[in-house]
Amino acid sequence: MAIRSIPKNSLGIPTTAPPLLKLRDIVKSFPGVVANDHVSLEVQAGEIHALLGENGAGKTTLMNILYGLYRPDSGHIFIKGEEVHIRSPRDAIAHGIGMVHQHFKLVYPHTVAENVALGLAGTPFWQPARVVERGLKELSERYGLPVDPRARVWQLSAGEQQRVEILKALYRGAEILILDEPTSVLTPQETAELFKVLSRMKQEGHAVIFITHKLGEVMEVADRVTVMRRGKVVGTLPTAETDKGSLARMMVGREVVFRLSKGECHPGEEALVVEDLHALSDRGIPALRGVSFTVRRGEILGIAGVAGNGQHELVEVITGLRRAQRGRITILGEDLTNRSARRMADAGVAHIPEERLRMGIVPGMSVEDNLILKKHHRRPFSRGPLLQLRKVHAFAKRVIEEYDIMTPSPRTPAKLLSGGNIQRLILARELSGQPGLVVAAHPTYGLDVGATEQIRQLLIRQRDAGVGVLLVSEDLEEIMTLSDRIAVMFGGEIMGVVSAGEASLAEIGLMMAGERRQAQEPR
Amino acid sequence: MKRFGPFLFERRLAPPRSVVLGVSMLAVMLALLVGAAIFAGYGVNPWHAYATIGKSTLGSRYGLMEILRRAIPLLLCGVGLVIAFRAQFWNIGAEGQLLAGAVAATGMALFSGIPGPWLLPAMFGAGFFAGATWGMVPAFLKVKLRVNDVISTLMMNYVMIYIVEWLIHGPWKGPTMRGFAYTDTFPKAAWLPTLPLSRVHWPTLLIGVVAAILVALILNRTRLGYEIRVVGESEGAARYAGINFLRVSLWVMILSGGLAGLAGVGEVAGIHHKLLSPTQVSMGYGYTAIIVAWLARGSPVVAIVTSLLFGLIFAAGDVIKTVLRMPFQVTGVFNGLILFFLIGVELLMYWRVRLASRGERWTGKAGSSGS
Amino acid sequence: MDWQSWLIGIVGRALAFGTPLLWGTLGEIYAERAGVVNLGVEGMMVLGAFSAFAVAQSTGHPGLGILVAAVVGGIAALIHAFLTVTLRANQYVSGLALTMFGLGLAGLLGRGWEGIPLRQPLPSVTVPGLSKIPLLGPMLFEDQSILTYTGLILAVVLWLLLYRTRWGIVVRSVGESPATADALGVNVFLIRYLCVIFGGVLAGVAGGFLSVEYRPAWTEGMTAGMGWIVIALTIFAAWDPLQAIWGALFFGALYHLSYRLQAWLPPELLKLMPYAFAILVLAIAGLSGRKRGAPGALGVPYTRGEK
Repeated sequence: MAIRSIPKNSLGIPTTAPPLLKLRDIVKSFPGVVANDHVSLEVQAGEIHALLGENGAGKTTLMNILYGLYRPDSGHIFIKGEEVHIRSPRDAIAHGIGMVHQHFKLVYPHTVAENVALGLAGTPFWQPARVVERGLKELSERYGLPVDPRARVWQLSAGEQQRVEILKALYRGAEILILDEPTSVLTPQETAELFKVLSRMKQEGHAVIFITHKLGEVMEVADRVTVMRRGKVVGTLPTAETDKGSLARMMVGREVVFRLSKGECHPGEEALVVEDLHALSDRGIPALRGVSFTVRRGEILGIAGVAGNGQHELVEVITGLRRAQRGRITILGEDLTNRSARRMADAGVAHIPEERLRMGIVPGMSVEDNLILKKHHRRPFSRGPLLQLRKVHAFAKRVIEEYDIMTPSPRTPAKLLSGGNIQRLILARELSGQPGLVVAAHPTYGLDVGATEQIRQLLIRQRDAGVGVLLVSEDLEEIMTLSDRIAVMFGGEIMGVVSAGEASLAEIGLMMAGERRQAQEPR
Repeated sequence: MKRFGPFLFERRLAPPRSVVLGVSMLAVMLALLVGAAIFAGYGVNPWHAYATIGKSTLGSRYGLMEILRRAIPLLLCGVGLVIAFRAQFWNIGAEGQLLAGAVAATGMALFSGIPGPWLLPAMFGAGFFAGATWGMVPAFLKVKLRVNDVISTLMMNYVMIYIVEWLIHGPWKGPTMRGFAYTDTFPKAAWLPTLPLSRVHWPTLLIGVVAAILVALILNRTRLGYEIRVVGESEGAARYAGINFLRVSLWVMILSGGLAGLAGVGEVAGIHHKLLSPTQVSMGYGYTAIIVAWLARGSPVVAIVTSLLFGLIFAAGDVIKTVLRMPFQVTGVFNGLILFFLIGVELLMYWRVRLASRGERWTGKAGSSGS
Repeated sequence: MDWQSWLIGIVGRALAFGTPLLWGTLGEIYAERAGVVNLGVEGMMVLGAFSAFAVAQSTGHPGLGILVAAVVGGIAALIHAFLTVTLRANQYVSGLALTMFGLGLAGLLGRGWEGIPLRQPLPSVTVPGLSKIPLLGPMLFEDQSILTYTGLILAVVLWLLLYRTRWGIVVRSVGESPATADALGVNVFLIRYLCVIFGGVLAGVAGGFLSVEYRPAWTEGMTAGMGWIVIALTIFAAWDPLQAIWGALFFGALYHLSYRLQAWLPPELLKLMPYAFAILVLAIAGLSGRKRGAPGALGVPYTRGEK
């Protein structure tokens, strides 16, 4: 081997020194799929290591194995050079591994201190939360994670809740910190804050593993990146030696087109007019505080914003699933404020729901039965009290082919379909009825690139055909790619509406964080 | 997927019908095994016990007829419960709804003055109506006030039990009964015909079979049935689809309660010909029907078969009491055991075992589901 | 009878009859706080009642009977725990099966024991000094059971345990969000097992109290649906051990009234009062949004890694 200078990372630790963490040949499979196929990974102390891949690549499975939530079928884990066997999160924590999951693992009705004190060794039996409160104040300062230990978790914002998760791990002495898609719930400004915290951790000698599918973040904050695709590691390299294009190619395996082909926008009459809408959240707190906007036929209006600022409630009010305290909703010329969900659907409102499995389909029923879900009571699927099964069969066959739904048979239970096919099923059902307004909430969440592209194309085709589309998404890139106009929500209000061409990421980011737009855009 | 020695255990997503059948039978076998231990504990030889039971029930014409007549109320209540369970409505109140039907039929028979040939149909109608009404109350409470359906239906059982007690001790006490707490015997026009030399009141049986077929049709071929299935499988999806929970729940309980009410009519008009104390009218038919419906796994037609099985257990209980001199409560023990094993072996349906070839660690193709 | 004796009688008997309800509810509160519904309370209570009677009658030691009842209740609950926590079976059906099984088994074993009065029942207690206080004395401190006072103290202890200690945080978290507790190294299965068994132990004692002190005798089905009232009370008490005291007292008073008023109303109709009130009580709780206090993961079997 030729002698060359040994590269060192930012802490001055040579990268050829034994790594803090090493995974070798990890294999894990589930029924019908190999999630991790001989995966190996190395992370140094004082390093931020990104784990990049699209949805379904196996990143979260790998980290769940490291954290003891899954047992691998085979493979080895080494910490500081010694092999360890992690059979449960308890072992992982004992070995200094902490994890911040994408969907926070918090007990929402409890206080911050109670959450941190849960199962924590070394705390007193009587009133452990008190002791933890004091310890938290110290940690908060050291790492720059301000949070009120006595607050109830459900009252905190997503960014603050994430801080609790990080503090939970740090309080337990985590040297290796895993973060699973941490920026999905943050505004651009909060993301910058998080990256500052991660740098602080780097300096303190922690190893940070950062799961993401966002190329920009990888380039911005990571020292090295490991790319995974379909359960295998495609490559590991320092970020300094690569670029977004190459990473994208490694992630997907082929050339990726970053911009969708989108024609000119020809807005027509008003499809949806929302005036001064007020509504409460499930907890009785005002979630919508006077929202007004318009969506015209033939255009896509994107609602940008961090989750939890009223988008969920907005979608539910428009689709008839939640009461509006005040305000008016006019759909295709008709005043349909506070009408039932069935009435909305009958009036031509298609709803692609945020929660695919819990709301969008009936998992135990067949694909065929699912395809008639909101129209089952009308002709041609029903005549009087009886179902017209032959018409149902014919419709299902036609639509399965048209929308490319991959299923062994129309009778297959919908829960057996992959995520992308479930979404295709939902779209097939909603869009085939020739709606006038499509309300799409997080339509490509958790889907692989192929399905994502297809669904985005479907939405654009609807828009081109003269349908009004209201798109709600946390994925800012998606909003900016698909929308003709963008409205930003914060705290239950619209901060501003801009047209897609002139919008800048910084401006939108400011609005997402609560800064109202200066110039008023005609609605 | 786990590996133990030469065996590979794989998770299965949707068990085929043969597996479901096999596993269910396994559960019943296991229960019978534990039952044998109970016989032994009581000092009775298990082989002798089972043989006697078998001979007296399956081995004689009278025995078979007894199985059939016990199966009648189980079938009606069971079919009603299949509907309720498909909608995830935990109707533990079939017992009370059955008694409500019995009360209504008694009222019709003794006090209505309806002439001969119309009396029996009127009794069935009244019984259905009474059972349906008794069932609708918990449905309303569940949808509007979020009252737990298990507790409300159960409590309604006790309320109806005491109403019956009050009636037979009080206003409806039969003056001809010489101090016993029964009502008078029904007039002959209110007696259901039975198969010769048996207590099988066949009109009720016919109604039961027809009901099973009708309910199957309703579930699979009507709008209401579709909505019932959606509500039962996914509340979130039902809400999203704009399905009216109150309407669906009320219909479910009208059918479920009404069918149980019909069973009650059958018991007083076909077997006892008077209203007796609640525990004599229904020996736990409403509760046993829960297992009948559970074992039928959602199919009203399969309930015909499972009701026969539990009819057998009831008939066996009689034999155990008279021939083996053990208390009738042993049927409760058997029912509990069968239910325990039924739900206990359910996990087995979702795992598949096969021999692993040498060196094989895992199988499966790389795919895109699961992250 | 003057109103004072009436009041003393009602409150005194409410305390007495509320005792098994309190014990049962406290146990079920812990089981449900950990996320497991146990509808088998009726079955566990009746098994406790029978075993307590059988042991007390044959050994002459009623206290021993109560102890055995506690153990029997715990073992019965163990079956439920195994089915629902390890095998992840449907919690409602498992509880129903336990009740069917318990009632049947108690009836089966109890055949020879019916109608015989217990020769040495648990003696009642009169608190010296305190029982001399006018009105309150005879109401609360005269002629009550040790189990009544123990039950009240237990309610306070269990409340403190649930809300002020490390164990309490663990139990409540397991019931609200087992995935969270699991991810922090808490043994969700173990906690659920312990809480369900604890619930069984208390239910057993509740049943034992009935046959060894309150009645004291054994009759088949002597629990008469009290187990179901316990389940309703758990909801009505919003899963709070202190609030369970009031619920138990209220229903204790109801039961007593249903005997007292027999001079004026038909006894059968009076007997249905507690059951009708249970529905009423839940309806009221529903009106006030009480169901919101339910532990988040109640009734859902836990599997690690389930999406």
